[in-house]
Amino acid sequence: MVKKSLYDRLGGEAAVDAAVDIFYRKVLADDTISRFFDSVDMDGQRAKQKAFLTMAFGGPNAYTGKDLRNAHARLVSQGLGDEHFDAVAKHLEATLKQLKVAPALIKEVMTIAGSTRKDVLGR
Amino acid sequence: MPLLELDGARYPADASETVLDALLRHAVPVPYSCRKGVCQACLLKSEGSAPPAQAQRGLRAGLRERGFFLACQWVPRGDLRLARADNAQFLGNAMVVGKELLAANVCRLTLQPSRPFDYRAGQFVNLRRADGTVRSYSLASVPALERRLEVHVKRYAGGAMSGWIFDSLECGGEVELLGPLGDCVYRAGRPDQSILMIGTGTGLAPLIGIARDALDSGHRGEIHLYHGDAELQGLYARSQLQALAAEHRNFHFHGCVSGDGPLGGCLRGRASDIAFAEHPDLTDWRVFLCGSPSMVHEAKKACYLFGAALADIHADPFELKDLRHAPAHGATEARTDRRD
Repeated sequence: MVKKSLYDRLGGEAAVDAAVDIFYRKVLADDTISRFFDSVDMDGQRAKQKAFLTMAFGGPNAYTGKDLRNAHARLVSQGLGDEHFDAVAKHLEATLKQLKVAPALIKEVMTIAGSTRKDVLGR
Repeated sequence: MPLLELDGARYPADASETVLDALLRHAVPVPYSCRKGVCQACLLKSEGSAPPAQAQRGLRAGLRERGFFLACQWVPRGDLRLARADNAQFLGNAMVVGKELLAANVCRLTLQPSRPFDYRAGQFVNLRRADGTVRSYSLASVPALERRLEVHVKRYAGGAMSGWIFDSLECGGEVELLGPLGDCVYRAGRPDQSILMIGTGTGLAPLIGIARDALDSGHRGEIHLYHGDAELQGLYARSQLQALAAEHRNFHFHGCVSGDGPLGGCLRGRASDIAFAEHPDLTDWRVFLCGSPSMVHEAKKACYLFGAALADIHADPFELKDLRHAPAHGATEARTDRRD
């Protein structure tokens, strides 16, 4: 039997939908990072967070390292650094805990999210 | 091979190509970003053919109903007539049939369109005068309740359009009508949901329309309308709203004066501050925000953090941005500054 993907084990798109508002609210309410996420186009921002969560959940996405670099280049020039990346990761982990996701699955998600650090920070 | 018609030209698309890819291949400038159906930057409108569900995922109901879709998500099977999202405006004439001062610097214009004008309460229209000057005004009227259109015009110092409307436009005069635009409307369904409305200045106009539309549609949940202005006299519809509150037990009007002047029984402070102090938990609420862009932006974020879902928060700032980037519709000067 083929092992189900991480995305399927987490619950697929429904799980992403459950997580995205909790996650985005945490990020927006965090004064140390909210400026990177604060936008007049909140719907567009929420859509970006959903795309990010889909990727971190191992779901279908077409992100490449180059996409992540290009998308964050402007923010890096505005001071985006490790401490901000860590804060976002912390909010992601807290979101998953709040949704009572199994620790082993949380670990897998955090590994995927962590793997984007170099590209997000443009290294 | 499907043909795509846009801006008066036709472009062939390959069988497996999306609308966006086909247009870009023909070097047609179309905004886009993620190409994954997420960012919504490539929004276009289909005239005639209904877009597939896949190409409308994530769009609000009002946009879906009007044929808007994401160009990166539609591989068309047949020919399409397309319009740019910022230029899909109906054009007709409207005659001024009423003009009345509501406050020292606010007047109510009542307009009779020359042909049936299909809109929803809370949408806005562009008014254009003969020299091409265009400004946007939100509708306070409700199609189910009255045949004429009502807009509130605030007079700005040096405002080309507002000065002209106050000083020169008279009953019997005509303006051109473009629209309707905007997606800040009441939709039936969830009639027991609580509704929060916050408006500053003539941002009240669409809220009056939406509130009356909701009540006329049988909305049963509580509706709280907060109207803010620097001065008491800027709360120009107090008596109308108090009468509406007397008529409907679930409608509540809160006038808010942010300056130091007389209160006249209203509350002191910014409308959004007072509203959030009285309703700190907005989980499952529906929200309408109209008025100054800074208030709308701040309040939208606050409402979201206080628990409202983004899909339940209705405001207009996106349309403002689109309008400013809209092509000039044949006029040389058509920069549209809201409510000037």
